[in-house]
Amino acid sequence: MSFPWAKEYTPQNGFTKFLDERLPLPRLVYNAVGAGYPVPRNLSYFWNFGVLAGFCLVLQIVTGVVLAMHYAADAGVAFASVEHIMRDVNWGWLMRYAHANGASFFFLVIYIHIFRGFFYASYKPPREMIWLIGVVIFLLMMATAFMGYVLPWGQMSFWGAQVITGLFEAIPLVGESIKVWLLGGYAPDNAALNRFFSLHYLLPFVIAGCVILHIWALHIPGSSNPTGVEVKQESDTLPFHPYYTAKDGFGLGVFLLIYFAFVFFLPNVLGHPDNYIEANPLSTPAHIVPEWYFYPFYAILRAFTFDFILPAKLWGVLAMFAAILVWFFLPWLDKGPVRSGHYRPLFRKFFWFGLIPCMAVLFVCGGAPAEEPYVMISQIATAYYFLHFLVILPIVSSIERPDPLPYSITEAVLGSDKKAVLGENAEPAGA
Amino acid sequence: MIRLVGMLIGLGFTFVVLLAFGVGAYTAATEEVEPQAGYAFHAEPHAPEGGFASDGPFGRWDQAQLQRGYQVYKEACAACHSLGYVAFRNLADLGYSDAQIKAEAESYQIPHYDPSTGEVTRSAGLPTDNFPPVAYAGLGSPPDLSLITKARGDGTNYVYSLLTGYEDMATYANEDGELLTEEFPEFQVGEGLHFNPYFEGLAIAMPAPLQDGQVTYAVDENGVAPEATVDQMSQDVAAFLTWTAEPKMMERKRTGWWILAFTLFATILAWFAKKSVWSAVKPKREDD
Repeated sequence: MSFPWAKEYTPQNGFTKFLDERLPLPRLVYNAVGAGYPVPRNLSYFWNFGVLAGFCLVLQIVTGVVLAMHYAADAGVAFASVEHIMRDVNWGWLMRYAHANGASFFFLVIYIHIFRGFFYASYKPPREMIWLIGVVIFLLMMATAFMGYVLPWGQMSFWGAQVITGLFEAIPLVGESIKVWLLGGYAPDNAALNRFFSLHYLLPFVIAGCVILHIWALHIPGSSNPTGVEVKQESDTLPFHPYYTAKDGFGLGVFLLIYFAFVFFLPNVLGHPDNYIEANPLSTPAHIVPEWYFYPFYAILRAFTFDFILPAKLWGVLAMFAAILVWFFLPWLDKGPVRSGHYRPLFRKFFWFGLIPCMAVLFVCGGAPAEEPYVMISQIATAYYFLHFLVILPIVSSIERPDPLPYSITEAVLGSDKKAVLGENAEPAGA
Repeated sequence: MIRLVGMLIGLGFTFVVLLAFGVGAYTAATEEVEPQAGYAFHAEPHAPEGGFASDGPFGRWDQAQLQRGYQVYKEACAACHSLGYVAFRNLADLGYSDAQIKAEAESYQIPHYDPSTGEVTRSAGLPTDNFPPVAYAGLGSPPDLSLITKARGDGTNYVYSLLTGYEDMATYANEDGELLTEEFPEFQVGEGLHFNPYFEGLAIAMPAPLQDGQVTYAVDENGVAPEATVDQMSQDVAAFLTWTAEPKMMERKRTGWWILAFTLFATILAWFAKKSVWSAVKPKREDD
């Protein structure tokens, strides 16, 4: 499952020899993130974000397990138990702020990771399976984050749960029953809070399992790289350790500096003030908004305001789910022969001047109140979003003439030209 | 095939959402949006002159101010607003001694519920007790103030601005200098409500709670007592309520600097480690 020149693990002492013959765990680690995993030598810092996402998952599980020791999942005392953590539990405030901001940074990291995949078309063969598992992980993260936000039982917790489970009411005939089944009642209450807590504790471990599959699938073809040219020879790669452990270590340091600045000095700016008001079913907040990382999808949900055959609400729900499900089909929608956006001039233009502004606009509109002009702006952006993935991408990828690729990663990095030696007729790009 | 189906679905969603856009645009073009006084004349919270001692990454509590704020809370707010998440023992943060806290707790009657009879008995408070609930006799429910500065946007400044923001509606002008009574002559404050541009909808049920000279401040270490103006009392109680919302704020900021310093150091080391590891394989371009 690796390149022929991958270094082989050799146990160094009696104990590791003993272990290697019975449970070759050190060998597994050596081949996964050690010197036994050859990685393209030209990875940019955008390739740090997989490791950072893994770090965030561990951070969330560790802080979350500690918080669960002090939290009480009961509608009567949940809010007070969070305040107990903030005031009376030793370092409880740190655990909670680290967890709440950790969720935000997890999504920030994962969005960069996903958009890296868009730009470099990392989803293309032979890496479709990595991509598909990745989208599953993202969906699981969204479910986990949503249920986690309900647990403090503040106003936004309650009304967010009300709005999101209310989406299922849009399903014809059985919608109402599904909502009642999901919540264990007609409105969010103790039953809903308890099952959300249970699932919020369970799903991260499901995510961890999917992450293992994600990394396993990655190790079959090996990592992609900024040129999109596959590894051809040993000089194209470097062992993961020490080269990328060192590079990821520095990336992790920079990430932590920004993360800690938020945890210690701006711990509440990414949250909503209303969630410091205890849930009150009799008082609806003026503007119900989800956490910031859901804004783009919330904007798509609310963009459908007109009943065309189906009710507007059902259109919104379908579009919101379709907006993520479309990612599953990217490997088959983008038929271009070249992966990396660096060598795809037209594709690159639509990425930087189409998709990125579109997501930015959806982000702003999703956080804004549902009134004009935000609704109209979000409708244009929503239209572009679907056109981009389902119409523009298939057309662009089949008509575009990509720029000439470097012969190999070695050539792209060193500038020296393997093609002369090997007699290839490809034009060198970055030389 | 998959691309054809995808294109049809994509065009379908685009068609429906553009239809909704068209309907919205038509409505926006043909129907006048009624301007609302609540938007046009709503005032954003602002900081008092000099800000608060706890502001910013280097902020520290001003204990004397917190004590004054606690006094204002007790004398002006406590009749209607509870402070349920704060315990008497927490008052140590304000610089009170154990004996003072014990005496303070004893001045409160704490209700205890007998679970078998439902009967309520009251006894003098202990330092471990929280501030008791407040039975408000009027209509409505004044919010608990423990978390108020975190439960409102820009909360500390909001509390200060709200308390100093009671104005005469007849002469109130917004930042653009427009008079409310001229722009919205029909705007009325509801029965039993009071005009305050910092409150949502410009009208609040709470009457102006502070009047000049309402409390008598004790003399400080310099032998002078701050003058109890509405502005001074509002600042003091806003500072106090910032503490009640987050008593661990200083611990957080202090720890933060240590953590940032350590992380910065570790990151610099990681940078040099990365440089030294990669130096052997650094790209050597021919044109260099």
